[in-house]
Amino acid sequence: LAKVFVSSVVNAPAGQVWALVRDFNGLPAWTPYVAESRIELGAPADQVGCIRNFSLKDGGRIRERLLALSDYEFSMSYSMLESPMGVENYVATLRVAPVTEGDRSYVEWTADFDCPPQRESELVTHIGKNVFLAAFRTLQARFA
Amino acid sequence: MIRLRRSTIVEAPAELVWRVLRDFNSHDSWHPAVAESRIENSPPHDAPGAVRAFRLTDGAFLREQLIALSDRDMSLTYCILEAPLPLMGYVATLRLRPVTDGDRTFIQWESQFDPPPGQAEALSRLVAEDIYEAGLAALQARFDRRRRTPGSGVDVPALPRPAVQVDREARIGERSGGGAHPAAMETEAIVVEHHGGPEVLARRKILVPPPGAGEVRLRHDAIGVNFIDVHCRTGESDLLRPPAVPGMEAAGIVLDAGTGVTHLAAGDRVVYACPPVGAYAAARTMEAELLVRLPADIGAETAAAIFLKGLLADVLLNQVHRIGPGESILVHAAAGGVGLILCRWAKALGANVIGTVSTEVKADAALRAGCDHVIVRRRHDFTAVVCDLTRGRGVDVVYDAFGRETFDGSLAALGFGGQLVSYGQTSGPVGERDIGALAAKSVTLSRPNFGHYSDTAEKLRPMADRLFEAIRTGAVAPTIDTRLPLAEAAEGHRRLEARENIGALILIP
Repeated sequence: LAKVFVSSVVNAPAGQVWALVRDFNGLPAWTPYVAESRIELGAPADQVGCIRNFSLKDGGRIRERLLALSDYEFSMSYSMLESPMGVENYVATLRVAPVTEGDRSYVEWTADFDCPPQRESELVTHIGKNVFLAAFRTLQARFA
Repeated sequence: MIRLRRSTIVEAPAELVWRVLRDFNSHDSWHPAVAESRIENSPPHDAPGAVRAFRLTDGAFLREQLIALSDRDMSLTYCILEAPLPLMGYVATLRLRPVTDGDRTFIQWESQFDPPPGQAEALSRLVAEDIYEAGLAALQARFDRRRRTPGSGVDVPALPRPAVQVDREARIGERSGGGAHPAAMETEAIVVEHHGGPEVLARRKILVPPPGAGEVRLRHDAIGVNFIDVHCRTGESDLLRPPAVPGMEAAGIVLDAGTGVTHLAAGDRVVYACPPVGAYAAARTMEAELLVRLPADIGAETAAAIFLKGLLADVLLNQVHRIGPGESILVHAAAGGVGLILCRWAKALGANVIGTVSTEVKADAALRAGCDHVIVRRRHDFTAVVCDLTRGRGVDVVYDAFGRETFDGSLAALGFGGQLVSYGQTSGPVGERDIGALAAKSVTLSRPNFGHYSDTAEKLRPMADRLFEAIRTGAVAPTIDTRLPLAEAAEGHRRLEARENIGALILIP
């Protein structure tokens, strides 16, 4: 089981950051790598169980299912159904928490998945850096 | 019900902050509102159920009980048993999360309680501001990267005299001016740019100034890698302030000597093991008094691999307690760097040696080092095995660098009049104990500090002579596990931290 853990700090109140990232269909609005996204079967984007289907700017397509959404804890979890990355049993959680000192936010993105052992370090680095951290960088720039 | 939450970001790795906060009695060391605190009935400080009784600086007395502690989530939960304020049903949780972006820590302190009617606002403000905000601000200040944080491991304090004063710009820094001093020489070095993981060890060209009064400039032939270097890199030790070259042990040759240096001259072979840092370089300039001349029959690699650990072993076996024939001793971490030396040397002094190790692989190494018996701690209760092996008598001396984890067991393994030599705390601080317990077997407790035994040339030379003699007779035999090029210092730290090494790890410039 491979694990990715990336966390950072965004200079905006947690409510504002959560409002942006809680939209399960909203990746094109705050990540640098998603071209377009839609929710399958026309479901609401916050219906637990809905599937987002999005394309990456480099051409790949990914389908993910919303497993949990908490406006109480500002967190969401989802699993990956299809992707070009070659991972299995991929489940990720995105969390936002207030940093009351300075009215900022702590953001945390974690993932667990299975993959061939020889690809593990490459995938952990890729997901941690090019996916999670890259998105946090965009968030930081947006609220700078 | 009132819910409160305050949180902040602290500029230090989460493991470091957690090491302090997980001790339920540590708050009087970091919270400005807590004057003094103790754990009732002296149980461990990290066992749910522990009660801390403490007094605030305003005189208020409180008792709180730890009800949950998780090293996995880095969180602890406690409730109030007794307080001067009506914080009914108060339960609080302190939680840490690593901020991987920048190696910082997110700290969150939250609670809930039921205030009496009309007091909600005043109580909330008091708890949120005077306790949570004030405490978090104090933690921020304490873990400010420029300041000292509590360390662990074998104590190697700074020397009492000031470190050599050299213009930092002349020593450290990218190649720019090309000649801060006409005779400064450029050399390869490893620099800790800022505190962090092994990756912060960066290759740099540095300028080595010519020796000033009382100094020598030397070329390193071999450099020792020790756990204290890891503590310097992470910021747990204040012996290194970035940017700086780490390392406190090396052997080499004197290139030139400054005025007033009489006991050393160009071409002399030397070795040292002491602060100030600066050994991870092909050359350096340092105070001549700190250097010991290396006998012709002892190689530079051997010296760099063994000098610090060997001197510490001399302190433990020949000074804190003089080991004699027929004594029985227990050495924890017998396959560790210091442990292997202790076992072999104690055996040569005629002692019966019992070692403890963490795994079977290490048991082989400990047996080869001369242990009469080796106990794998994960499988056996070492106290019970020692009792069996000594037919109930217990051992004469226990050498323990673990601290918290083994302290009570080590005391229990001693026989009448025995001595516990606690020389480190790699598993955490021992905490409070009732010294009345020592009376059960009239035991002596020693907490030696290597620095006090080695801080003058007069103390150091006889220790070095005993160590060199022990190397000649084979009582001390350095096992060099790994030689790495200086440029691969980061890999060396990774191996050390992964505890993959049995024996010493040295860097070759």
